[in-house]
Amino acid sequence: MSHAEAVDPNVPLEYSTEHGRLRIFGFWVFLGAEIVLFATLFTTYLIYLHHTAGGPTAKDLFDVKGFTIETFLLLTSSFTCGIATHELRRGNRGGLIVWLIITLLLGAGFVGMEINEFVDYVHQGATIQTSAFLSGFFILVGTHGCHVSLGILWMISVIIQVSKNGINSTTARKAFIVGIYWHFLDVVWVFIFTAVYLTGLVL
Amino acid sequence: MEKNQTAHSNSHHGFPWSHVIGFILSLVLTVAALWIALSLNLSATSTMVLIIILAIFQVFVQLLMFMHLREQEGAFQITAISFGFFVAIAVVAGSIWIMEYGLY
Repeated sequence: MSHAEAVDPNVPLEYSTEHGRLRIFGFWVFLGAEIVLFATLFTTYLIYLHHTAGGPTAKDLFDVKGFTIETFLLLTSSFTCGIATHELRRGNRGGLIVWLIITLLLGAGFVGMEINEFVDYVHQGATIQTSAFLSGFFILVGTHGCHVSLGILWMISVIIQVSKNGINSTTARKAFIVGIYWHFLDVVWVFIFTAVYLTGLVL
Repeated sequence: MEKNQTAHSNSHHGFPWSHVIGFILSLVLTVAALWIALSLNLSATSTMVLIIILAIFQVFVQLLMFMHLREQEGAFQITAISFGFFVAIAVVAGSIWIMEYGLY
């Protein structure tokens, strides 16, 4: 499915058609809207931080070792995803696929740990219905977890397309955009790490 | 940081230094935030100010080292993402201000 458009050989493949450039720009506009979505969820969480209705508090629940490992998994996956984009720019299909697979395995480890954490909380009697604090917590962190899970499925489909069609202007654009999305999820996690976990332990 | 707007100048040749430096910076910033919050015993306010500053640095590391923000439509992309941050800060800071100080 090639778009009959002039290909500019002087720029990376993903930007080489006007179509590709516009889609990448459009994705940045989408990320602007995602920031606003997460801002509303962060607000809800921070306002209800101490509204625990007699249920478990942040200090009771949060486990430093657990969320630290989750953070390092996601930071490392952001790095390996950056290397995948680097391999894309070099036109190295094998390298691109390998680094994308490493990235999504790290992402899967992150999602697995998060599910474990949620199950553990529920067993301690901290469900989404327990208090306003926990509703805010599960919605915010869960929305991020859903984004990471979607990113994993998206990355798998990009890997399939790259291995079938090789690196051309369409697959390059898709691999590049899924990379930006993945780094963005890392940015959101940095704020969850700071505003949810560390703040929950400090305030 | 010195990456120019034509995108293909340096990023796909040789060793991916900007990514490695970005990764090391993100690890250092995270460990620093953990240390400040868990072992330093500052007042709650100064702890919060410091870890929020570290988080903001972390965002710039990701945007500039990994996300290729300044390439191609850079000026428009920065506008779009800055508007997102503007609305985000207005929503978070405004809501906390109103709810915490009982102005509603």
